Amino acid sequence: MSKTKNYKVKASIFITCLVDQLFPAVGTGLVSVLKKAGVEVTFPKNQTCCGQPLFNSGFRKDAKELAKQNIEELANSEYIVVPSGSCAAMMKFVYKDLFGENDKMRSMASSLSPKVYEFSEFIVKILGVTNVGATYREHVTYHPSCHLLREQQVDMEPKALLDEVCGLVLEKLEDETVCCGFGGTFSVKYPGISEAMLMDKIQRIEETSASTVVACDLSCLMHIDGALRRKKSPIKAKHLIEILDNTESLPDR
Amino acid sequence: MAEINTDQFPQASAKALNNQQLQEYLTRSMGNFDSARKQAIEDVSQEIWEGLREKARQIKKHTIENLDYYLDLLYENVTRSGGFVHFATTDGQARDIIGHISKNRGLTKAIKSKSMVSEEVGLNKYLESVGVEPIETDLGEYIIQLVDETPFHIIAPALHKTRQQVGEIFAEKLNRPGLNTIEDMAGTAREILRDKLLSADLGITGANFLVAETGSVVLVTNEGNGRFCTSKPNVHIALVGMEKLIPSIEDLSVFIRLLPKAATGQRITSYTTHVFGPKTLSEEDGPDEFHLIIVDNGRSKLLEDPVLREALYCIRCGACLNTCPIYRKVGGHSYGWVYPGPIGAVVTPIMTGLKKGKDLPFASSLCGACRDVCPLKIDIPHMLLNMRSKLMEGTSDQRKRGVTEKLASFAYKKLMINVGALSIFRYIAYLLQKPFIRNGYLGKTSIPILKNWTNSRDLPGIPKKRFSQIWEEDQFKEQQ
Repeated sequence: MSKTKNYKVKASIFITCLVDQLFPAVGTGLVSVLKKAGVEVTFPKNQTCCGQPLFNSGFRKDAKELAKQNIEELANSEYIVVPSGSCAAMMKFVYKDLFGENDKMRSMASSLSPKVYEFSEFIVKILGVTNVGATYREHVTYHPSCHLLREQQVDMEPKALLDEVCGLVLEKLEDETVCCGFGGTFSVKYPGISEAMLMDKIQRIEETSASTVVACDLSCLMHIDGALRRKKSPIKAKHLIEILDNTESLPDR
Repeated sequence: MAEINTDQFPQASAKALNNQQLQEYLTRSMGNFDSARKQAIEDVSQEIWEGLREKARQIKKHTIENLDYYLDLLYENVTRSGGFVHFATTDGQARDIIGHISKNRGLTKAIKSKSMVSEEVGLNKYLESVGVEPIETDLGEYIIQLVDETPFHIIAPALHKTRQQVGEIFAEKLNRPGLNTIEDMAGTAREILRDKLLSADLGITGANFLVAETGSVVLVTNEGNGRFCTSKPNVHIALVGMEKLIPSIEDLSVFIRLLPKAATGQRITSYTTHVFGPKTLSEEDGPDEFHLIIVDNGRSKLLEDPVLREALYCIRCGACLNTCPIYRKVGGHSYGWVYPGPIGAVVTPIMTGLKKGKDLPFASSLCGACRDVCPLKIDIPHMLLNMRSKLMEGTSDQRKRGVTEKLASFAYKKLMINVGALSIFRYIAYLLQKPFIRNGYLGKTSIPILKNWTNSRDLPGIPKKRFSQIWEEDQFKEQQ
């Protein structure tokens, strides 16, 4: 565990719609890991979705309304921690451009941007911690989700955190930077292409001797997990947070 | 214009996915391209590579933003060295200009070096219709010309043909059965093409670069065929997209290093040919007449759009195709026009009609691998997103119908903006799902909005409590 700090970092969490609706355990894990690391956590209530599904489908006006709600709700936060590279990228890099030059929301979005951090980046860069005192006695492989890797440029942080987990053996995933084929609505608009990409990813995962595949985005994980469950694979798909949050005592999802 | 089948993407891509032989072949060959590029970059060092990329981007940005100035300069310099410069706004004009030149000079045999613009304007079919026999001299182009197909890849037109298939084509079309090795096939093509090359009276090429300050056309090839086309026939016509312009020879040095590494992983291509107009009095070889046709054919539409303008920086290296996980599954023909892959998904719909090509901007998982490998750092995902927004919210000539999508977006927004309504909706969904959930997951189902997911993937069920409820309960407990 990190050495005690003489001030307490305050952070709001933007929980993301996927965690809120489908994976609450990742949310409680997030709170617990942050608290253990000495962060004062707040959860502003009036938040749902970052708006990315709408933005990526071409509906900028609709996305803008969600952005406005989130920006206003999170404006007073010191830091905003997001358990998703993709949603964090949306808030950090896209929000500002949804608003016109003279819109006051534009400047609010600009001030919000530098405060938004994806979870692993926040832990490593802001808290300066790589060992959170977790134990996970299994072979693990890591899939870098595209937006975390290419928009946020975050890659070493999750790997460093995994490296420090007691008992965990990190195995390299071949072609790790190739997309898993999720791509939001792409996965249902072109299910055939999406599935073909997913099968490649699954094959690469199976080529390792890992019993768990880890990523920092539940969208990709839901996609990968969906295929693993369909083929009744023993391999688990887990969010980094689930590994860092004393996962030995957690029941399998 | 080459046939536009952009509206066939869903069907064509599904067909490609079911072609097992193509799938195996794509995986292997695209992987080779990709690793060759990585190796070439490693050889020069990432740092030097990044320096070249940034420099190239600045040069293209500057040129595209001052295109009129450099076009004037190019015009002056080509004219000074005795060449003719033509501007073709449309594909039809480009064909007409070539038709006029052929007719006036009585030309009947054309040899062609690989040119994507000539594919754009459907040149071969046109030449045949006006009595000029076109012969492709790039080996890949020659193969697909024999079977009347279109290029599968920007720099490797016959990539989709295996060695065995090429052997069969040569047996059937050239009456040369029993060819098994690539050497034998290339030798046969060379032997047959030799006569054609020597008897041709017209050479048609594209250009990789147009250098404004020297008025020169620059071609990079590996087979040397481009050099033949520009030196043997009496007339040389270069058919070039207007974005190929760069200001100076010094700028060229950046691109000459960049292009082969990104394209094939070569340090430099086998031949770099500089063409300065027709032959001069002191020269023995070369055409006595040189025409440069600068083609717009929809490029202005990219130029006038502040976001999509960047697509004109493209030097057609094909790196984005090689790395794109979607191109690597659906191949080049699925995209329905001359330019496939990520860059094709941007330029094709703009050049040939956004409404007809409406599926292409959505045929991307937005993973961003294309932007990573692009030697010009073109932000393709950003442009695809821009086109998606044009299709949904743009002007009436841009917008597609998409009634269901619009309704879905509206409903999603309404739900997500209202935390209370979302809770109620979620609880109803939670109750409704119960009979269908096994071990926490929804398996294969015929429910319309879910079946596209569940056909190949299980879907996690909705747990009883959402995170926000758990948080509130915990807060309440803490306060007790």
